[in-house]
Amino acid sequence: MTQQNRISGGQIDTSQTLKFTFDGKQYTGHPGDTLASALLANGVRLMGRSFKYHRPRGVLSAGSEEPNALVELRGGARQEPNTRATTVELYNGLLANSQNRLGSLKFDLLAINDRLSNFLTAGFYYKTFMWPAAFWEKLYEPIIRKAAGLGSLSLKEDPDVYDKGFLHCDVLIIGAGPAGLAAALTAGRSGASVILADEDFRMGGRLNSETFTIGDASGADWAAATVAELASLPNVRLMSRTTVIGAFDHGIYGAVERNNDHVATPDEGKPRQTLWRIYSKQAVVCAGALERPIGFENNDRPGIMLASAMRSYANRWAVAADKRVAIFTNNDDGHRAAADLHAKGVKISAVVDTRADAPRNNDYEVLVGAQVIDTKGRLGLTFADVRLADGSERTLECGALGMSGGWNPNVHMTCHQRGRPVWNDDLAAFVPGADLPAGMTVAGAANGDFSTAGAMASGVIGAKSALKAIGLKAKTTKLPQAEDAPINISAFWYVKEGKGRAWLDQQNDVTVKDVKLSHQEGFRSVEHLKRYTTLGMATDQGKTSNMGGLAIMAELAGKTIPEVGTTIFRPPYTPTAIGVLAGRARGQEFHPKRLTPSHHWAKEQGAVFVEVGNWLRAQWFPQKGETHWRQSVDREVIATRKSVGVCDVTTLGKIDVQGADAAEFLNKIYCNGFAKLAVGKTRYGLMLREDGIAMDDGTAARMAEDHFVVTTTTANALGVYRHMEFVRQCLFPDMDVQLISTTEAWAQFAVAGPNSRRLLQKIVDPEYDISNEAFPFMACGNITICGGLRARLFRISFSGELAYEIAVPTRYGDALMRRIMEEGAEFDVVPYGTEALGVMRIEKGHATGNELNGTTTALNLGMGRMVSKKKDSIGSILSEREGLNTDDVLMQVGIKPVDPSKPVPAGAHLMNLTGPVDADHDQGYVTSACYSPILGHHIALGFVKGGGNRKGEKMRLVSPLTKVETEIEIVSAHFVDPEGERLRA
Amino acid sequence: MHSLSPITALGGQTPKITTIGSINVSEIDSLALASIATRKGGKTVTEKVLKSMIGSVPAVGKTCSKGSFSGFWMGPDQWMITAPLETHETIADDLVAAVVSKASVTEQTGAWAIFDISGAAMPDVCERLCAVPIREMNVGDVCRTSIHQLGCFVTPMNSGNTLRVVGPRASARSLYHAIEVAAKSVA
Amino acid sequence: MIINHPLLGPRDASEFTYLGDASLIDRPDWQSETAAQDFYEYQYLRDNPAGLHQELWFHESGDRSWLVVTRNTLTHEITDVQLARDVARARGRSK
Repeated sequence: MTQQNRISGGQIDTSQTLKFTFDGKQYTGHPGDTLASALLANGVRLMGRSFKYHRPRGVLSAGSEEPNALVELRGGARQEPNTRATTVELYNGLLANSQNRLGSLKFDLLAINDRLSNFLTAGFYYKTFMWPAAFWEKLYEPIIRKAAGLGSLSLKEDPDVYDKGFLHCDVLIIGAGPAGLAAALTAGRSGASVILADEDFRMGGRLNSETFTIGDASGADWAAATVAELASLPNVRLMSRTTVIGAFDHGIYGAVERNNDHVATPDEGKPRQTLWRIYSKQAVVCAGALERPIGFENNDRPGIMLASAMRSYANRWAVAADKRVAIFTNNDDGHRAAADLHAKGVKISAVVDTRADAPRNNDYEVLVGAQVIDTKGRLGLTFADVRLADGSERTLECGALGMSGGWNPNVHMTCHQRGRPVWNDDLAAFVPGADLPAGMTVAGAANGDFSTAGAMASGVIGAKSALKAIGLKAKTTKLPQAEDAPINISAFWYVKEGKGRAWLDQQNDVTVKDVKLSHQEGFRSVEHLKRYTTLGMATDQGKTSNMGGLAIMAELAGKTIPEVGTTIFRPPYTPTAIGVLAGRARGQEFHPKRLTPSHHWAKEQGAVFVEVGNWLRAQWFPQKGETHWRQSVDREVIATRKSVGVCDVTTLGKIDVQGADAAEFLNKIYCNGFAKLAVGKTRYGLMLREDGIAMDDGTAARMAEDHFVVTTTTANALGVYRHMEFVRQCLFPDMDVQLISTTEAWAQFAVAGPNSRRLLQKIVDPEYDISNEAFPFMACGNITICGGLRARLFRISFSGELAYEIAVPTRYGDALMRRIMEEGAEFDVVPYGTEALGVMRIEKGHATGNELNGTTTALNLGMGRMVSKKKDSIGSILSEREGLNTDDVLMQVGIKPVDPSKPVPAGAHLMNLTGPVDADHDQGYVTSACYSPILGHHIALGFVKGGGNRKGEKMRLVSPLTKVETEIEIVSAHFVDPEGERLRA
Repeated sequence: MHSLSPITALGGQTPKITTIGSINVSEIDSLALASIATRKGGKTVTEKVLKSMIGSVPAVGKTCSKGSFSGFWMGPDQWMITAPLETHETIADDLVAAVVSKASVTEQTGAWAIFDISGAAMPDVCERLCAVPIREMNVGDVCRTSIHQLGCFVTPMNSGNTLRVVGPRASARSLYHAIEVAAKSVA
Repeated sequence: MIINHPLLGPRDASEFTYLGDASLIDRPDWQSETAAQDFYEYQYLRDNPAGLHQELWFHESGDRSWLVVTRNTLTHEITDVQLARDVARARGRSK
């Protein structure tokens, strides 16, 4: 019989029927249902198995605080574990499966854990799995890994897309129940820009679940009408299906909007969810309150739920939790569940009220001063055992039991910035404390104003306060009549139990006994209680369990509840998909790609690319027949050194430095001197950190008296620019110097090799003489090429060959590369990539980031004398520290293998030929290594203690982790053309 | 006239124009850009040059224009000028001549890619790209912001129907892709 | 966090990069007799207050100004923001 628990009314659309599947079985429901309400409607009470003991569990709540009914939603790559059945909007074709069971939900083989409960109490893992030690890795850990965890992943790539967005508002209202709606009306009508966010797909909060009236309308109808008015206001943005997940600094809130979780599959290009960063001037938290259960033996059976959830299922979803229900309460509110269900024709076995002065009525029995002490029905509640005021016992027949232990104001948001709530005796609950995040007000049940009238009035006050804080005037909002009944709670946390277990945290399977054990073992502070028992550490952050645990610990420790204190709630408020936190930054789009001006051309050539930070650079250009990268790289090196090669070097940072004090500024940032650099000349510059360690190197080209172009390494471009602005603005604010990055404004190509000049002479316009006499090594200047295009030419060489770098405005970079290849054809010009570039600079002994590794000084690099003592520069004073200038300081050297067939791995360490191989005897390390096609063997650069005096010495190169040991010889770092003749040709 | 042909930021011979639903995304390849920063003692001259070229000195967060020239504030004593590329490709040289060493000028054309996003849903697209309060911005406002880790300038144009995005040229494809997927989300 | 830029108004802290204590502005005199000691203290010795802290932020995704921000390291409340250049000049720094 389908939907046997359906009753009349509710906010579902019975004119449409939806089909869904749970654990392989088909059921029907209606639009407006959640998965939980539809399952209950179909008489399905068993929805999951608990985490540790695999106890059969049903739904406890009707909202996002649900600890038990966690399902795997959808199948295939879109499968999502640990999804609360209570918040899943039903749609046609929905597929869900229960989780955490071996076998079926009904016959779970891991239920054996429940019988081993004496061994699996809180903290058991601190006391077990210890002996024998050898068993840990091979036996215990694999078993624990298999059993641990809740839910499973599909292990397939998430095919959905997620957006990130940014919103601004005057007032953010969190929660659209009576308080939130009243606040939104007040703020919206005053003209402020308002965002009203609610996690539910239907705004209204508890108004949708209760039978209160507001004015002449039902609570639900008033909510709908209010939402319609708000929707008509252009300054109000309604965001349903949107959970505000965290309160961050200075009015910034994070919110996850579920754009398409309520349809089978999102349309093409549409996001499943969006992460919004909301910048608010003020925020009013109207997050409501969450009902709390009562602790008693076997209070976790399927069918036992919160009394308010019972009302929600009956009133909003037209579902009777069972044909026959009972209620267990310590306050007036619990009675409403009996009244509402009775009105719908459900049989009320009894209301069990702990209070001696409980209200009675004529419709159903009220057991005054009584307690539920146990229940029966393993796969679904059948009976509840009650102890009456006079000590006698009675058994109630019921398939559902609604618990009401009182209400906890939902103070999560107020604690996200380390605020602690304060105890309120009248409510027997914690309410928001005084130290709220900046700009935050709390209203409604979240603030302890539990009645409908109280919540609405509180919402208006909260909105007015928010408006006042930002200098806006609120129009008076007249509120319709609503109920204003007090809750009349008498604090009652748990029934003193006998042998059985009473559950507190149902998701992490923590019992009252565990709290007692924690106390007994000395873990008595609230923070220890949490971590020792794991109470409150599940995905629900203890929303329905923290309070019970605190109260019991207070009793055991002989303290008041406020004295025990609370732990801190942290974002996200409810579990959040990693995908939505990533947004679009996944896979190839993890970070933006920077393409060089010749990228498209290089791609046409079939270049292999490498990521250098965000840049894509051609690494080598394989030619037909080449199957291994060494073939390509060796060829590029040989060809360049033999004739001419071209390489895109646009990625190196270029910083434009101008102003009357430009040269003086360069003197400050470089350790060597620039004041006397002539116009039309370039100079190598070494930048130190203030602590004397080398930071970056590059060149500075003096284009004019007051104009330099400074280059940096690719990797450090951003950092060097930042540093230069620091020096300019913070250290020397009156220097007349202006900086701007021009890295991307100019396409720049290195043209290197004996025929480089001849090639360039075919491109540079004839009025510019670039002969060796007119344009010597290190010259620079503005020129024109190809019939008048403005360009810059720098005669600098990284490869050690006769070389130039030619720059044109970026738009022409592609054309220039093609022209260079065309004009260079007669010289067999080759394009070369970063690998060949690297080989050539190692052959030449040029330092790069491998050598400027954050621990090396100018002295280590062999540039000690470059640090001028005659001027002030960043790092010069601290570079003189004794410890950096000892006799045996590391010095850069060249390294070659004694046996020419052996490689010289980078990162290997250098030891003396004899003696121990350990850190104490370490002599240095290899920084850069490659195969030199020019020399025919491997070479390397590295640092060796006192390396300046050790040329010719043989040493041991060791790499213990990779079990390499080779004999090497210390040589000059300048392997090719050590005299620099090619450079100056 | 030199013999090298330029390509657009996206690498095409002509600028790319796409329509996604009611949203139009156009690559703009018709502007030359130059930066100008006042030197010590150069305030008067710089302001004179700016007024002459773009009508006035743009205040913080503002742009001004005069005819087909416009400019916007970039930082303390620093502005960006835009001019028609076809007729003023060497605008930087013109500025250098005009400021006679009283300001520092650089050619910036090659460093930037420009995309115009138009359509009624432009603010929805913008909200998915960057943190600027787009619904509070008017024509004449400019904001430097971050779009998917790229530093960009954004400025409303055409009576607020269009958003001009000026971003780093080397990342033009990534920037264009970010705009495209945001447009698809809201289209 | 929101940093109230003196020129641009409130901006998300994610537009900035953080350097450290604003005492970095007070770079010692390289020609002083105690220069070695001064620079050592400048570079390495820091107060680490649980409370108000003056610190340097660089508006990398904005106007590239350096700012001196006074921020409470416990509550993140920002009570003052100035252009670092102005602070530097006020502290006697020049060329």
